[in-house]
Amino acid sequence: MLEVVDLLKTFHPGTPNEVRALRGVSLRLEPGSFLIIIGTNGSGKSTLLNAVAGTFPVDHGTITLAGQTITRWPEHRRASLIGRVFQNPFSGTAPNMSIAENLALATRRGQRRGLGRTLSRPLREELRDRIRSLNMGLENRLDNAIGSLSGGQRQALTLLMASWLKPELLLLDEHTAALDPKSADQVIRLTHDIIQRDRLTTLMVTHSMQQAVHLGDRLIMMHRGTILHDLHGPEKARVRPEDLLRRFDEVRRREQLDPGVADLLQRRYI
Amino acid sequence: MTLLISAATIGLILALLALGVYLSFRIFHFADITADGSITLGASVTAILLVHQWAPATATLAGALAGTAAGALTGILHTKFKINGLLSGILVMTALYSINLHIMGRSNVPLLNEVTLSSQVEALGLPFFPSGDVLIAGWRVSLRDVMMLAGMFVLVGTIGLLLHLFFQTHLGTAMLATGDNPQMIRALGVNVDSILILGLALSNGLIALSGSLLAQYQGFADVQMGIGMVVWGLASVIIGEALVGTSRIGLLITGAIMGSVLFRLLVAIALRWGLNPNDLKLITAAFVFVALVAPATLRKLKPAAAPAAAP
Repeated sequence: MLEVVDLLKTFHPGTPNEVRALRGVSLRLEPGSFLIIIGTNGSGKSTLLNAVAGTFPVDHGTITLAGQTITRWPEHRRASLIGRVFQNPFSGTAPNMSIAENLALATRRGQRRGLGRTLSRPLREELRDRIRSLNMGLENRLDNAIGSLSGGQRQALTLLMASWLKPELLLLDEHTAALDPKSADQVIRLTHDIIQRDRLTTLMVTHSMQQAVHLGDRLIMMHRGTILHDLHGPEKARVRPEDLLRRFDEVRRREQLDPGVADLLQRRYI
Repeated sequence: MTLLISAATIGLILALLALGVYLSFRIFHFADITADGSITLGASVTAILLVHQWAPATATLAGALAGTAAGALTGILHTKFKINGLLSGILVMTALYSINLHIMGRSNVPLLNEVTLSSQVEALGLPFFPSGDVLIAGWRVSLRDVMMLAGMFVLVGTIGLLLHLFFQTHLGTAMLATGDNPQMIRALGVNVDSILILGLALSNGLIALSGSLLAQYQGFADVQMGIGMVVWGLASVIIGEALVGTSRIGLLITGAIMGSVLFRLLVAIALRWGLNPNDLKLITAAFVFVALVAPATLRKLKPAAAPAAAP
């Protein structure tokens, strides 16, 4: 279970570039829950994901995952609990290393790495079987460098790597945004299958209203570093892309007002 | 003949330097100037211990360990104190100059009368060639040179093999991945800072070992001997990459060793033909410059030709 309480994060404080990226975000995610996060650019959705992953320390608030307070844990330590797929297909894999080596690295996520042999024969066979299940024809290219693969293939492998050891939390940061529509579909189908099969607790940021509607059992919409809407259960199941677009329009209309007035109106009416 | 054998021996000894530079420069993309100081550190620690009658193997090991400490220090300056990588190396290198002088107590320590690995290796061969000379293809070569060449071949080969095996372990692959994509390996739970510190320690340990062996082979340690060594190592690595022409790590390790020997042989021949020794570092630097720039320049020239070839 993930619990985030009152997160605050300001980038470049005290400078003209000051950005108040998170302004008191609280969130409780039940085990096995699949949460979709949408929001306008700069709404803080990626910042929230990175704060949980530990990319930077937060200014205030606590993060609890699987019964442990991880607020002060460095990023690499949190990786023992968290699997991640990045927006950029280049981020999640080591391009000059082979497919087999990359996956083998993932089989020890968060564990001690000693002087044992990385690629034993049984592990190679296991890797081959799991890669075959992707149906991308990569099982015969285990020793090819990952850098020679397409973005979609890389994201599929990154997804496999992030979920190889069942993580307490899976973080997906717009992981299909940089892909062509066909690859994106393929990766989304794989995402759905893996999350269903392992019942993974998941946070997924997306720009796609289609994905937001069809995936997940809960949806939050962020704006200006806060959670604006939080849709659960039947409400989430009923929601259609048009509803989400309408809510974005509301936000945009409110945006045109003076921020102070907007806050006032929001407090009074929402 | 003596010249070639001696050049090959020094080439093999400096192959350890090349391996160290390969580790920092090619795997971590970290221009680690510490090398210039740590090669001398290895030489001076070993030299002073030999003067104090330590066993050569222990003295050599101590020299190498001193190098790992220097490398770790550079890594700590860079990761914990957020000092620019190049500057971290420069700071440690500069500090090492004074430290080396302190260790040796003067700028040069002769080892000709001490028991060194070199004299021990020679003694191994003495029963077979009691005259102290070996005839190779009609040339008379000193036993010491031949035995040292053979010894270095075995030692460097073993270290190359160990390094190759290391890069197939969990820790070794994590190290490769740290150089290749730190963001990815951090997300898989690896402390990138620690790995960099470990890698630089390993790199400078190899480099200091190279310095230690060089001092024992030459018969002296000198505080100036490290100057420009990082560029030497780089030149060897680049020649090695050209020789093997792949990105397979095992071949690149072999390549770095071959590159170092080839480079040293070329230098010996050039000096024999009358190259002014004072120009050596200038030419080495120019060579590395060309080797670093040439691939990009060639790539820039290629697209102009490519469209014509395309259907």
